[in-house]
This record gives sequence, C-alpha cells and structure tokens, in this order.
Amino acid sequence: MIQVEHLTKHYGPKIAIEDVSFSVEKGEVLAFLGPNGAGKTTTMRILTASLPATSGTARVAGYDCFDRPRDVKRVIGYLPEIPPLYSEMTVTEYLTFVGRLKSIQPDRLPAALDQMLERLSLGEVRGRLIANLSRGFKQRVGLAQALIHDPPVLILDEPTVGLDPKQIIEIRQLIKELAGSHTIILSTHILPEATAVAQRVVIIHEGRIVAEDSQDQLSARLRRSEKVSLTLKQPPLDVSDRLLTLPGVLSVHQEGTATFLVETELGHDLREDLARFAVRNEWGLLELKLVSMTLEDVFLHLTQHEEGIDTAGVSAGAPEPQP
Amino acid sequence: MSPVGVILRKELRSYFVSPIAYVVISVFLLLIGLLSFLAVATASNRSLQMLRGQGNLPELNLNEIVFRPIFYNMAVILLLVVPILTMRLFAEEKKLKTMELLMTSPVTVTDIVTGKFFAAFTVYAGMLALSAVGPLALAPFAEFRWEPILTAYLGTLLMGGLFLSAGLLASSLTENQIIAVILSFGALLVLWLFGWAGQVFADSLLGKVLSYLSPLDHFEHLVKGLVETSDLVFFLGGIVFGLFLTHRVVESQRWR
Repeated sequence: MIQVEHLTKHYGPKIAIEDVSFSVEKGEVLAFLGPNGAGKTTTMRILTASLPATSGTARVAGYDCFDRPRDVKRVIGYLPEIPPLYSEMTVTEYLTFVGRLKSIQPDRLPAALDQMLERLSLGEVRGRLIANLSRGFKQRVGLAQALIHDPPVLILDEPTVGLDPKQIIEIRQLIKELAGSHTIILSTHILPEATAVAQRVVIIHEGRIVAEDSQDQLSARLRRSEKVSLTLKQPPLDVSDRLLTLPGVLSVHQEGTATFLVETELGHDLREDLARFAVRNEWGLLELKLVSMTLEDVFLHLTQHEEGIDTAGVSAGAPEPQP
Repeated sequence: MSPVGVILRKELRSYFVSPIAYVVISVFLLLIGLLSFLAVATASNRSLQMLRGQGNLPELNLNEIVFRPIFYNMAVILLLVVPILTMRLFAEEKKLKTMELLMTSPVTVTDIVTGKFFAAFTVYAGMLALSAVGPLALAPFAEFRWEPILTAYLGTLLMGGLFLSAGLLASSLTENQIIAVILSFGALLVLWLFGWAGQVFADSLLGKVLSYLSPLDHFEHLVKGLVETSDLVFFLGGIVFGLFLTHRVVESQRWR
C-alpha cells in the first residue's frame, strides 16, 4: 500500500531524512518511533504529497507522491501534529467544510458527518465553536477531519500528544479498530504507544532508520535486561557492592542521593529479593519499582548494538519529556 | 461543489463570522457618505454663487463636479481599506497551521488562490454596490448621466481587484497579518506614485512604462467615461499577474 524507497529530504544544508526506505502492507499499522526532530513529520508530509522530496520515491496506493499528488491526497487522511482547525467554526461546520474539500458527494455528506460524530463521540459538542473545545475534543475533531472521506490510508502525526490518559486509551482503541480496514502510519516518541497499537515499528533517529522490526522481535531485541529502581532512607556507603552480591544482579547505578538503579538478568524479577534484602539490613526501604523501557533506552541499546559504543554507564529510566 | 467553490464559500463565511467585513464595510460607507455629502454641498454652494453673480442658473455638469471627485477620493479610501480585506487570507492559515489541511486535500494551489481571491472580490463588490445608494438617492433631484457613473464603477471594481490581488500576494508572503497589511499599503502606495514618476521621466521610455503601470491613470480614463481596451487589459492583466505570483509563493512554500 505504501512504498518508500531511498527517500532523502534536505532543507537547505540541513538533512531532514536520508535514504529512508520502508513499506507498509494493506491493513497494517506501522509506528514511526523517534525523538522530536528525527524526521518523522518530514517523512509523513512527503507521504501526504504536500512536501516534495529531494530524492527517492514514495508511492501511496500505487500513486507516486510527486507525479500524482491529487490522487495521493484523495486516498489519504492526514492528522498533523497540530490539528488544522478553524476555531471560528462549529464542529459540524468544520467537518462539513472538510467533507466538501475532500470532494465527498453532497448527498453522502450528511451520513459521513453523522458517522464521524458518532464514531468519535462528538455528538454532544457538534454545535460548539472549536475555539471553546478542550484539547481532547480538538484532537478528536482533528481525527474526524482525517477520517471523514473514509480514506484507505491514514497518516497520523503524534495522535496522542497532549491528551490525558483516558483519552490516550480511547484514541489507541480507535486506531486498533481502524486497523485492518485501513492502512495506518502513526508517529510517536513513546515506545509503549508504538507497541500498543502497531504491528511493526520503524525507529528513526537523526533522519535515518536505525531499526525496523515487528513488535515482538523489537521487544526481544531490546529486552536484554530488566531494571528496578530502589529508593532507600539510609543507604550505607557500600550499598552498590552489597547489592551486587545478590544472585541475578548485573549492575547498580546511583541515580539520586538515595535512589539506585539495579539492572538484572532478563526473566529474573528480583523485586522480592531486593525488598527482603533491604529490610533485613534495615536500610529503610522507601520505594521499589520496575522501570519500563523508554525511548532513551531503545536508542542506547540500538546505538550500542549497531555501532558498538559502550553506553553501560549512562543512566536510564528518565521519561521522555512531553512537548 | 467545485474546489474553488468550497474555498470561496468558506472564506465568505469567515468574513461575516468575524467582525472584519462589517467593520470595513461600515467605515467605507461612512466615509463615502461623508464624501458624497461634501461633494454635493460644494456643488450647491457653487451654483448659488453663480446664481448671485450672473442672475441665471448656468448649466452645471454634475458628473464632473460631484461624481468625479467622489470617485477619485474613493480610490484613496480603497487604497487604505482593501488591504484589510486580504490581510488574513493566507497569513492566518499559515499561523494556525490550517494551511496543511488545504495542502493535503485534493485541491490545487490554483483552486486555493482563486477561491480566496473571489471571496475577497465578492465582499468588495458588495461593498461597492452598497455605495451606489449615493447616486441613486440623488437621481430624483438632479440631472446627470448614468453612463459615466457605470464606467467609473467598472474602473473602481477593476482597480479594487488589482489591490486585492496585490494584498493576497502580501498575505501569502508572511504569517503575520500586520506585516501583510503594511506590505500591501507599501506596494499600493508605490504603485500610486508611478503616475507622478512617469511625469518626471516623461521623455524617456522609463517614463512611458511607469505611466502605463500607474493604475491611477487608467482609472481616470474610466471615471471620465472612456472605456479603452488598454485600460481593461492593464487591470485584468495586473490581477492575473498578482494571482500568478501568489500561486508561485504558495507553491514554493511547499518545498520548505
């Protein structure tokens, strides 16, 4: 459904993406994972046929994005990072305008509109001005805008940014429902999101694809150890050495004044042992938790793997800041 | 509905949802009303003086002493008012990132530029039509010829179109509406001075070119009742050229 070959885009001397190739099958969900500025948006904008590439080709539903932009635009629904909303319109007015813009037949427009309002639970705000909607509703109107002409291909740029957890779950649920009947590319900088909705993940960093894999393989590849964060009230000076004596502990890094990151072998959940050990030694156990993989870890692991750089001493576990 | 129609309708709606169109039209009509009153009052003073001096009422050409000054002054008002109608057309879309919606929809840049231009032109034409209340109100009490007034309106319509086209270009260059409006003022005032500059270099080719490029000269012909092909070609060509440049600007912004 989507074929991208050796795509390169330069903005003047700045290279946004370089030699990006991947393909997406019909009905598949592909997640683009990468930090801000990695080239996710650039790639997506090229796929929407609104931004020409410097070199390389991109084809959507068999149409070349450069030669047949109008055909490409007809088969895609695009949600940019900032939803393109006219704040002085009501939800109904806005979606009617988008429907006409996407050349939906006038007799089919009311049905398409009603379907969108229902599918995205926008019924209660249909008559309200978009300016007065909450962030979550605005995002849903943005999604409705991308979906109203029922395009076979959906391109969603960070669809869950700035939403609260309940809304994030709703949007992910919706994406899962759309999968199968739609081919979807979405971008995110949050690993759990990529693994939650996508069958395949492409990791992009500084304009290049650093990994492309199915979700299972990627997780397996990344998870060579597990990490536990441990906070103590009165840690002794030699706490690292003493923790290392526990079987299964690979390394210990000091995170804060009294927080330690304990790396353990895969498949060994040492939380119980660690708790018992800390209590027995009367270190004043305050907190003990499993640290999940973040994007930073992914990059560290990948760069370590691909380039052989030793990144063992770098701390992990800091969540990616939300913009 | 055609893509141009969709854009046109959306822009028209947006003019009347925001206060812009109401404010611009009200201020314009207020000024034209004041202007018409002053022109008529001046004419009646003059005829009174003549009556006293000569003892009989001479034939006065109202087209010349009332309507011509009104149209010349209207042109100056339009110079200040028209850029306000066009300033937000592209600047706001870029600022609010809604341009991405248009650029990723199955419509061409030509559709977008044409739709926006004709939306502004419709508002402008409506505004001009309302100003026709002046001559209509005067018609029962005064004798004048309608033909020169209609050609003057044609000239005003065409010159306004040219201003709108320049304003649209200015709006496409920036995402700041204030900058767009100031750019249009600047460009239109420079255009305004071309006639004068043409007189300064009257003997040279440059002078002839500048004179031809002065919208005011072409406008004057139409206000005097002269409909010449060269004037119509000038205005229509200018409008198309402005829209063409706007198209190039919008198209080039895709690449960045």
